[in-house]
Amino acid sequence: MILGTSSSPHHTARRSTQIIMQLVMLAAIPGLLAQWYFFGWGVVIQLALAIVTCVGCEALVLALRKKPVVFVLNDYSAVLTGWLLAICLPPLLPWWMTVIGCVFAIVIAKQLYGGLGFNIFNPAMIGYVVLLISFPAQMSQWLPVNGLAELSPSLLDSLSVIFTGFTVSGHDIEQLRYTIDGVTSATPLDSVRTAITLNNTYSDAINSPVFNGGLLASWGAGWGWISAFYLLGGIALIMANIINWRIPVSVLVGVAITATVLNLLNGDLYGSAVYHWFNGAVMVGAFFIATDPVSASTTAKGKVVFGALIGFWIVIIRTFGGYPDAVAFSILFLNMSVPLIDYYTQPRTYGHSTKNRAENSAEKRKKKSN
Amino acid sequence: MSNEDNSQKDMFKDLAIQGLWKNNPALVQLLGLCPLLAVTSTFINGLGLGLATLIVLIGSNITVSVVRQWVPNEIRIPVFVMIIAAYVTVIELLMNAYTYNLYLTLGIFIPLIVTNCAIIGRAEAFASKNSVLLSAFDGLTMGMGFTVVLVLLGGLREIIGAGTLFAGAERLFGDIAAGWSITFYQGDTTFLLAILPPGAFLGMGLIIAVKNSIDAKLEKVQTKKNTVTIQRARVTTEV
Repeated sequence: MILGTSSSPHHTARRSTQIIMQLVMLAAIPGLLAQWYFFGWGVVIQLALAIVTCVGCEALVLALRKKPVVFVLNDYSAVLTGWLLAICLPPLLPWWMTVIGCVFAIVIAKQLYGGLGFNIFNPAMIGYVVLLISFPAQMSQWLPVNGLAELSPSLLDSLSVIFTGFTVSGHDIEQLRYTIDGVTSATPLDSVRTAITLNNTYSDAINSPVFNGGLLASWGAGWGWISAFYLLGGIALIMANIINWRIPVSVLVGVAITATVLNLLNGDLYGSAVYHWFNGAVMVGAFFIATDPVSASTTAKGKVVFGALIGFWIVIIRTFGGYPDAVAFSILFLNMSVPLIDYYTQPRTYGHSTKNRAENSAEKRKKKSN
Repeated sequence: MSNEDNSQKDMFKDLAIQGLWKNNPALVQLLGLCPLLAVTSTFINGLGLGLATLIVLIGSNITVSVVRQWVPNEIRIPVFVMIIAAYVTVIELLMNAYTYNLYLTLGIFIPLIVTNCAIIGRAEAFASKNSVLLSAFDGLTMGMGFTVVLVLLGGLREIIGAGTLFAGAERLFGDIAAGWSITFYQGDTTFLLAILPPGAFLGMGLIIAVKNSIDAKLEKVQTKKNTVTIQRARVTTEV
């Protein structure tokens, strides 16, 4: 028997980056299928376009940086970035906007910072925010969900709209956005926002057809199901030990507490916790984006603070800010705060006291300099 | 005599290289970034503020150099600031009189030229120690270096963000310039990010990156040349 010697850590992870990324994508498939069912072929086209562009950009920059292209591409991180960016985009966004978003995500937010593991910000969210503040009009052109739409574009129509701006029969995206009632559709978050600026109440607003009605009245039609499927995928990721439960749970709790406090203060103006959970991108954000191991907090306590503050800011920016959804802004904002959070939440080293950490480190520094 | 001429010439050449490239106030010293990033949403805005800064810089450098013998060291900074402020006031009034629309567009950033670190930096580091002619030339090259970056960044942001170049030239050059605007692309989808403040930071970062990469290439060429000379020197020198 050969007894080898090796240095710690002796317990090595059996999972490579590649496997983790693939499992995350696997877990995102139910949500993606739901999105495809409710929003049509545009979702799939955006996904393909984003993945191809992200991988292409990654390969190009890696070649310029004289890094091993195939080896690095094999970690699937660029594919995941493209995937996460694509599921945030309106399904019929013009193709060149998707490409710009991917270029920013990979070239500026990831590779210019040094590649995977060095990026301060979540690349997909940078790509999304660049698009959101550059093209606010196009980025809010979501189609009405399946069942509410007057025209539902086929695969060919979707391709044609994305690449030329018109369907085969000559409809443009504004016409596709008409619902059966002949009203241009808005997302659930948009419609509540508009209603409140028009001095209607929140409870009136959720009676509009973009909401499901029934038991979960504030659950957006289609959007609620998509969120639920992402929640399912997220829970699977926690069970498989790919992501830590602390971040998603504290995001959801942060959203719930902030929303409930506001809702109790004035139920006519502020949505409930369920409304915030199941509309927009909270579920995707909490389980798939905030949990990015590179840009999230790394300590146990830090993860809770990180997640809870994301949840808090999602509700605050959604309610009082200029944009209908705020998941991307909140995540980027907390990405920025991660070094600070990690600094103050360092775990206690076994055998050391937590008190007087500053003094301890000052002493250590003294000893070192001596 | 000719030797002195040569050294004078070298001095001017060195000043020009320092101001425009090696020690460019915007790209290397990173001074005066506040107006640089804030007003460069179009080519003409950049040019307007660049010219204003250039004139203030030449004037303040000359004046500081003239009075350098009489200014006590302890109160030099307030004196410099007052000199700069006087020039800025003159420029502001002139712009108000002759380029009123540009004056309105640039707004607070004209009076803020007073606080531009590049100007007081040159007064302190160069004009207070050198002759009038050299100081004036230093002001010119440093001002040019600053203006070039303003114009470059303004032009890039305008092309990407609004699809035009030289838009609003009549605000600076009068009515003859009304038709100078070039349109690159038209449409209701402009790339807003380039016009917004983040675009200024991104653009500035990319310009600095380009400059640094050019420098790195130049240095490579330089070291290659140097190694060749060293080899010959080793052969010929007696050890």
